[in-house]
Amino acid sequence: MKVVVCVKQIPDPATPYKIEEGTNWLVRPDDQVLDDTDRYGVEMGLQLAQASEGTVTLVSMGPNGNAQGIRQALAMGADKAVMIEDDALRGSEALTTARVLAAAITREGYDLVIAGTESTDGYSGVIPQMIAEYLDAPALTYATSVETGDGSVTIHRQTADGYDVVKADLPAVVSVTAGVVEPRYPTFKGIMDAKKKPVDNLTLGDLGVEPATSQKVVSITDAAERTAGQVIEDDGEAHQAIIALLEERKVI
Amino acid sequence: MANIWVFVEQANGAPSTLGLELLTKARTMGDVTALLLGEAAADSMKVIGEYGASSVIHIDTGDRLPSAPTAAALAAKVGAGAPDLILFGQAYNDRDIAGRLAARLGVGVLSNATDVRLTDNGVETEHEVFGGAQIATAEATQGPFIVLIRPKSFVAEPAEASTPSMSILELPEPGASEATVTDSMVEEREGPQLGEAAIIVSGGRGLGSAEAYALVESVAKPLRAATGATRAIVDAGWVPYAKQVGQTGKTVKPDVYIACGISGAMQHLVGMKDSGTIIAINKDPDAPIFSVADLGVVGDVHQVLPKLIEALETR
Repeated sequence: MKVVVCVKQIPDPATPYKIEEGTNWLVRPDDQVLDDTDRYGVEMGLQLAQASEGTVTLVSMGPNGNAQGIRQALAMGADKAVMIEDDALRGSEALTTARVLAAAITREGYDLVIAGTESTDGYSGVIPQMIAEYLDAPALTYATSVETGDGSVTIHRQTADGYDVVKADLPAVVSVTAGVVEPRYPTFKGIMDAKKKPVDNLTLGDLGVEPATSQKVVSITDAAERTAGQVIEDDGEAHQAIIALLEERKVI
Repeated sequence: MANIWVFVEQANGAPSTLGLELLTKARTMGDVTALLLGEAAADSMKVIGEYGASSVIHIDTGDRLPSAPTAAALAAKVGAGAPDLILFGQAYNDRDIAGRLAARLGVGVLSNATDVRLTDNGVETEHEVFGGAQIATAEATQGPFIVLIRPKSFVAEPAEASTPSMSILELPEPGASEATVTDSMVEEREGPQLGEAAIIVSGGRGLGSAEAYALVESVAKPLRAATGATRAIVDAGWVPYAKQVGQTGKTVKPDVYIACGISGAMQHLVGMKDSGTIIAINKDPDAPIFSVADLGVVGDVHQVLPKLIEALETR
């Protein structure tokens, strides 16, 4: 089975994010990391590919920078990566991202596409569904478990009060929630091997996609701040202060 | 007058609160058609009328996963008589249908909006960024505009009673993008749902282990509160994704929010900072959660919570 996993490099969430003046785009340093969310998709892809003697290809769009985030995913065990970078894609909206990824996925060929449910930095939350529409494939979303076999895929799909069992024929797109599997840590050998794995660098021209330009962020302003209240040190009786406040709010 | 479609999902036999929030907003902007997904009860029609829809398009996909057939059918309808604006909530089926519909129509989606306005140029939306510290205003100029609104952005309020006209959305035959729901499981849950709860008790990495989440549950039980979690402990596999509060999880606005061992990452704050009263317990006196808390306790959750539980249980 040929598995394609969509991954994204994002600015390290532990560092403060900056906005570029004028464009209101997020500043993306050369040194980006693999979105933590994507480790689950990569791990799921590796497990499914291994069970079917298949392959895992990573597809990623955005400024490549030093590609350290993609190397992280290759070091986990993915076979190759396709990276799409183009100046015309800076500040692109979800629709364009989905078209670019779908075009790259079509170019590679696939049985199963795996993506996270949303990225940590942009979190539009609609990219896997858009990709599926462009591929004319089913989108089995918010998966908390994934199984494949006999040319089909079955997931547990998260719902508001439980889960649905959802099944579709391959090829298909699956979006996975964090915790769907336990992501492996790259081994030393994995890290060394990652340096030799093939990475294709593509531009918009290679894919024949025109970016959409109907949306933009026009301004960013400070929000009204919530003021901090009282902070107390626990002296062994702090629970009394909590009880007192709950009584004052008439909830107990 | 603007023509607005609003996606409303049936939940437990009634229109979801999120759907009613969107209807309340939409009726101030134009003529409203509700896109009602699920088995429609007569009562639901009445409620949807009260919240301002003049017509209802009923969508019943049976055991078909709703997104593909619904998006295809709606796209065909858009071609016939375009709405100016289509509002969805930031929720599971909403995201699925909105994403597919947008790709099918070749128009963008504005996600995670907390407000929406129609303007001379098109549509303007507001989005909380950087944990809600800043507000980004976005503009789109090519319609029909598809906007996903975060839950609790508007307060659901009924208007006058009216009976909307109803039509049924004709679905296409299953194609290559079809998926089937073969079973539906409801997980046992103690207490109310996160989105509806008056009190929420949430846990974060400061709990130290998955087992310690039992402390959060024990605080919640006597308060009849819902339990929530940070992304960090959901990612760590301590609790399911459904409990996640924050930017990539649920937005909540309970009367009281009790944060246990939560430092207050931007990711989490954006989902809960509009709660009525915030109580936080954390070891680190510099934790950002204390900047939004009405009562902050600098202390170890393993010391404070057992005493709190005992005090609540003996009341």
